[in-house]
Amino acid sequence: MVVRQRPTIGLMAEPDRRPIDYIALTRETYAGLGYPPYRWALNEDPPSWAALGKPLSEARLGLIASGGVYRHGQVAFTHRDDVTHREIPTDVDTSEVRVTHFAFDPAAARRDPNVVFPIDTLRSLVAEGTVGELAPLALTFMGGIYSQRRLASVLIPALVDRTLEMEVDAVLLVPV
Amino acid sequence: MCHQSVGLVSRAIEAKGVPTLSMTSAYSITSSANPPRAAFTDFPLGHTCGPPDRPEMQRSIMRDALALFETMEQPGIVDLGYGWTAPWKEEALEPVDHRTPRHDTPQYQNQDDRAAAVAAHGVGVACRAGAPGDTPRS
Repeated sequence: MVVRQRPTIGLMAEPDRRPIDYIALTRETYAGLGYPPYRWALNEDPPSWAALGKPLSEARLGLIASGGVYRHGQVAFTHRDDVTHREIPTDVDTSEVRVTHFAFDPAAARRDPNVVFPIDTLRSLVAEGTVGELAPLALTFMGGIYSQRRLASVLIPALVDRTLEMEVDAVLLVPV
Repeated sequence: MCHQSVGLVSRAIEAKGVPTLSMTSAYSITSSANPPRAAFTDFPLGHTCGPPDRPEMQRSIMRDALALFETMEQPGIVDLGYGWTAPWKEEALEPVDHRTPRHDTPQYQNQDDRAAAVAAHGVGVACRAGAPGDTPRS
């Protein structure tokens, strides 16, 4: 007897390259729970554009990560629209980096924080000369914030101010 | 949600004249938030910069991503071409709510962290509802 099996993603010769549509998935999941659909931010107006005015190898790079990253000794994030941020020295001992979040499985990030807070990765890229230097402090927050109003009125101004104060040439942002 | 927040932060910083680049593994959310530059990696959520304990691959991803600061000339999302080898999408596509309860007190990774934060900041700051600098809730 021949049993036809539908192809399983990952077992195919080529992995499925279609990105998962998390907006559609979230809508379906929430509807199944009886929740109203979440109104995702939709920016149809084009973003601002600023060019990097120097080679990356001479640039000071800032790091902003939203995976709920904090350092041992700091107050951890709450999981309910916490609009505070933490500042972590970019020479931090990676063994002191912690992760707290309600919306993704933090197991991998707790084993190797670089998957959501690429601090060793960036230090290596500075050492090899790809990146000029890192800003003295990385800025972190717990990005699972449903209120776009509170994000815009509290957290974003704080992150913008601290970024400008550190006089970075470019900023890398890492969501989860 | 994280991808939305990061997209909005990215737009705000770029508007002040500082170029920004967002990593992303949630293409539709990043596309909707519409930040100036984004680098797509096709990984399960929680692994935006690569698989754990693979430092060489993580560096390769980051080199490719940061190069976009020098090569992109207009806003967009660039697929860096990295994917996960093990099957994960079928499970991720099930409409199951994986979120844990959204507690309004600081959620420490372990008790040792909690003790260290209490020692440094006092129990009133380290363990109260809300967080330092937070605005009052209505």
